[in-house]
Order: sequence, then C-alpha cells, then structure tokens
Amino acid sequence: MTAIDPTAHLTAEQIEELGRELDAIRDEVLADRGEKDAAYIRKVISAQRKLELVSRGVLLFSIFPPAWLLGTAGLSVAKIMDNMEIGHNVLHGQWDWMRDPKIHSTTWEWDHVSPSDQWKHSHNELHHTYTNVIGKDNDLGYGIMRVDEDQKWHPFHLGQPLWNFINACFFEYGIAAYDLELGKNLHKRRRKDPEFRARAKAVGRKIRKQVLKDYVIHPLLSGPSFLTTLAATFTANLVRNIWSHSVIMCGHFPEGVQVFERRSIKDETRGQWYLRQMMGSANISGSRAMHFMTGNLSHQIEHHLFPDLPSNRYAEVAVKVRALFEKYELEYVTGPLPKQVFSAWHKVFRLSLPNKKPKVKASDRGQELVAA
Amino acid sequence: MVTTPLLPSDYLDLISPLRAGADLRGRIEAVHPETGDAATIVIRPGRGWRGHTAGQYVRIGVDVDGRRLWRAYSITSPTNRQDGRVTITVKAIPGGKVSNHLVRRATPGTLIQLDQPTGDFVLPQTKPAKVLYLTAGSGITPVMGMLRDTEFDDVVMVHCAPQPQDVIFRNELHDLVADRKLRLTEVHTDTDGRLDIARLDELVPDWAERETWACGPAGLLDAAEEHWTEHGVQERLHTERFRPSVVVAGDGGEVTFSATGKTVEADGATPLLDIGEEAGVLMPSGCRMGICFGCVTPLKAGAVRDLRTGEITEAEPGVLIQTCVSAAAGPCDIEQ
Repeated sequence: MTAIDPTAHLTAEQIEELGRELDAIRDEVLADRGEKDAAYIRKVISAQRKLELVSRGVLLFSIFPPAWLLGTAGLSVAKIMDNMEIGHNVLHGQWDWMRDPKIHSTTWEWDHVSPSDQWKHSHNELHHTYTNVIGKDNDLGYGIMRVDEDQKWHPFHLGQPLWNFINACFFEYGIAAYDLELGKNLHKRRRKDPEFRARAKAVGRKIRKQVLKDYVIHPLLSGPSFLTTLAATFTANLVRNIWSHSVIMCGHFPEGVQVFERRSIKDETRGQWYLRQMMGSANISGSRAMHFMTGNLSHQIEHHLFPDLPSNRYAEVAVKVRALFEKYELEYVTGPLPKQVFSAWHKVFRLSLPNKKPKVKASDRGQELVAA
Repeated sequence: MVTTPLLPSDYLDLISPLRAGADLRGRIEAVHPETGDAATIVIRPGRGWRGHTAGQYVRIGVDVDGRRLWRAYSITSPTNRQDGRVTITVKAIPGGKVSNHLVRRATPGTLIQLDQPTGDFVLPQTKPAKVLYLTAGSGITPVMGMLRDTEFDDVVMVHCAPQPQDVIFRNELHDLVADRKLRLTEVHTDTDGRLDIARLDELVPDWAERETWACGPAGLLDAAEEHWTEHGVQERLHTERFRPSVVVAGDGGEVTFSATGKTVEADGATPLLDIGEEAGVLMPSGCRMGICFGCVTPLKAGAVRDLRTGEITEAEPGVLIQTCVSAAAGPCDIEQ
C-alpha cells in the first residue's frame, strides 16, 4: 500500500505529449484497418457458431459421459467466445466501421441475460468514461465490495469474499442486475419509475428466453438425455461466468492499479484521461490462445486506451504502449492469470477488514490521485 | 427460441447464403475485362431474385477494404439469359472505391449483397417503330441491356467515348451493325470534340420521330432535354442519370446521428448519407441520386440543404429528408 502518486514526476506538458503519442498509435491502426480485420471477425463468428452447433448436437447424446464432457467443453468455449471476443467487442463498436448490419453494435445481441443495449450504457458510457473513479464507476466492486483503503468500511464488507464468489458463479445475472442499477433503483419510489420498469421488463424477457433455451428446450430435445443436457448447459454457463468474472477482475482489481477520487477528474484533459486509463487498468500475460479466450481483455490497458479499436490489433498496439510506459517511467501492471487472479482476490479479502486511513494523500496539479 | 439470441437464419447463412428466404445476396462467378478500365461482372443471384426489366439497375453492396459500400449499376444481361446469371458492367472511375475494386480486384467466389432490380429507364410494353439510343461512356450499359434483350426494326445509336478502344461492347456492337440490326455512329471525343447536340440533325435526320433513350454525363443529358423540349418532343426522350446534378453547396456544420450517438463535422457539399456512412452509422440508402426515397430519415434538429436545388429544409416534427442529396446547412441532428 502506498499513497504516493505514481505519476507525480510528469509535468502537465509531458502528459499532453503522452496523449499525442497515444493518438498517433491509434491513427496508425485506423489507417491500416481493412480487409484482413474484417476477415478475422467473420472467421471468429463463423467458428463460434459452428462450435456451438456441434457442441449442442453432441449434447443430444449427453447421457454418454464422453459426449457430455466433449459437448460441455465445446459449449463452454462457444459461450466464452460469444461473450468475450465477439459480443463485448462488437458491442463496443469495434467493428461498426465495416458497415455490415449483421456485425454492428446497434444490432448485435449476445448469449447473456443482460440485454445488449443496457450493457452498452453501463459499460461503454459509464465504466469506460469514469474508469476507476470511486462513486462514478460501478465496476469498482460492483457496488457490493470495498476496493480501496479510502472507502469507508462497513460490517457488510466482512462478507465480501463470499459475495464476490457468488457473483462469479452467477456473473451474467450480476451484470444484468448491475446494468439495471438494482441496488439504487429498488429503493423507495424509484421502483415505480416507468423507465426503470421498462428496462426491468426487457431484462425479464431476455432471462426468460435464455433460460428457456438452455434449461428447457435443449434438454427436451435431448430426450432421454434431458437431465444430463440440463447439467451440461448449467455447467457451461457456470464455466463462462467464472471465467469472465476472473478475467474482468484482473482488469482493474490487482495490486498496483490506481483508483481515483471524483474531484480528480474535474476538467480532465485528453492526456489526463489517457493517463487515468493507463494507471487504472492491468493486463494478463500469456499465449495467443489465452488472449483470444479473454476476448483480448488481457490487453486491458490497450483496450481502455482505445476501446473502439478492433480487438485483434491490441497485441501489436501493446508493444508500442508498453514502450510509452517505459519512456514516461510508469508501471505497466501485468502478470500471468493465476497471479493476477490471486492478487485481485487477495485485495478482496484484505479490504473486507477495516484499515487505518492512509496518512499522506498525494495531491498534485489538481489531479489528486489516491493510490491503492 | 432454439437459437436465441440468434435466428436460425444466422446459422443457415453459414452454409447456404444464397438460399430462398435469406437476405438477397449474389456470388461473383466471373470477371471479364471489356476495355482498359471496364469489366463485366457475372453474378449468380440468390434464390430470392425477382428478375429485372431491360434497362433497370441493381444496387450492390461490396466489401471494399473490409467496409461495405453500396452502389447502383445497370444490368447488362438480357432478361432471358438461360443460366439465370445477371451481369453488370462497371467502368472504373478515377478515385471510385467500388468501381476500381470491381474492375481490378474482384475475384470469383466473392459474396456480395444485392437489392431487387429497380428503375424506370425501361422499354415500353408496345414496341416503338423507330428507336434512338443516345449514350456516352458507361451510359451505354443500360442500353446494352436493352439491345441484348429486345430487337427492333429500326434502331440507331449515337455513342460517345474518348477513343475507339474506350467503347465498351465495341465488338458486339459492330457485329449487330454487320447483321444490319443496328446503325451506329461513334463519336470519339478526343478527336471529334464533345458532341454538339445540334449535330443530331446531320447524324440522325429523323431523330425527332424516334423514341429515344439517353444515358451519359449530366452535360449530355441536360443538352438533350433542352433540345427535345425546344422541338416539342420531350415526351419521346427518356433519360437515366448516374449522379444527381449538384447545383449548390453551402455551409456545413456539426452533424449528430442521435440514435447511434455519433457526432461528426460535415462540409456543405457532401451528402449526409456519405457523412453518416463514413462515421460508421448504419444509414439506410437507395439509389444515391435522390430518386428512390430509400434513404429518407427524420431530421430532428437543424437545417439541411438540397444539393440539387439549394433549397433549405428546417427541422420540424415529421420532417423527413433524403440523406443522399442533402448536405448540412449548419448543425443538424439526424435520427439514425
């Protein structure tokens, strides 16, 4: 735990120069974006659909254990691909430039209980704009956890390791509740707000469709394999939930990632916004397969700097971004998945207990950074 | 419900993109060069293709450098082609993204998006006794569709091209001449200069008695319309324009596409359709020349200028604009 601003050595001018250098990296990709990228996403979508079809086909015979294993593994991977490399990134508008109405952020729907338009609002607009700003970015602890020493401790936080575990298992429902801002909206009169009710209804409809498909129709189609297919789809959803929860925890929770106070983003410049994204995100190192299965969110830093660049480009962008971290003497938080997951969980446990208030608060250029 | 949130068609498209019931698509089967900068594209249309009338055009959506771009091209194959294929003939225009892609880089096997054929530049039900085709450059393409489709007793064609080798379908035209099915005058504008419409008296003395189909650059068509009107026979002239004739450009402004949440700077000469497409907005589009009303979109705020007339349209509830021929006249908000 440190309370020293890790960006204190940078002058305002340097921060703006850093912003310009990042803009240049972005422009380079934009100038080169084209046919190969389009072919990439089409290939991924086609592969995901074929994998899902085959897996569900195999699960029709899930009463036989080898078929169950194969089908469940395939369906888990297909669901992860749908949510991570495809859904998350299409909904970010990363592929809108292709102008293909079938692969567009305004028309895409994903295999997830949160309707895509609600997720787009809470994720693209709130989380990506206010990344790691306490009180503004609900992704920080999802409203149920304490994630920074500076947040007030409450006995409720004693249970946060358990809350986090339950959230991991049913992550898609957690996301849906969170996109609805249930915590806030279930209070008093807000429940009757027609806008909230309409959104809640939309979530209800989506849940019904998803549940019907996974837990009624496909098991029924399996005939004698009803129960085993039910178990298989439940397992696939569980695997997908825990996997995506783990990846997403690694993006902003590991030690070394900074959080920010609400007033620190007042009059924030482009350069300062970039800097906040750099200091507020963490990467996962690993193989190409690893990056693919995380939907390239293993390049969380690059994704937060350039949320609308096609995900297949983050790997090459990362080399240049990392060089900038070195040039400006900033810490590039990264590590293998197990290490980052452990680090994030460690923080969840540690902050479930009260702590002394940090003595020194870094305050500099009105950018008052509070380091975790 | 079996496939939610996708549709069964999303899976069927992987296997059979040209099947009945799918979004209308086509597959490029061959690309035949015609001249140095023109090529004929043979397309196998999907099962939903309803067939065309000679002279009509089709809008096609082609992925160029990964971006889907839509353009309209005249159909050059006859309506009774045995194998069910249709052809378009494309001339690469300088700087033209789609035309250059189709002429120089398109490969057999590529899937393209199609619309149903459309257009009023067609032959009438009853055969006229005498016909004149007045064309220039790629304006020959819809007329070639007519020539290949329907034989007339008395057909004259006046075609303008820079040089002999630039005349698309030249061999086929000369074969028709040899078979006495066509009388052809080629005007080579590099040596002869542009066609003075008054020369028609000399080239085709009975032009005023002929049912005429004209297609080419705006200059030629404007002159023809004026000439036919002067002689009081404008009802015999049928024209097809490939581009809207832009008369005026004004000040641009900041354009907001409110449904998509994008805001971009637009000049006063570029159609809002192009501005939106460039920004990645899914704009509805049609003929791109102000005819088909396939692109109409509500104007929520601000003002736009009609590029053909210079007329200003201001936002009011219920006001729809044609984005393909409207440019920003100050800041505006398009509901798309």
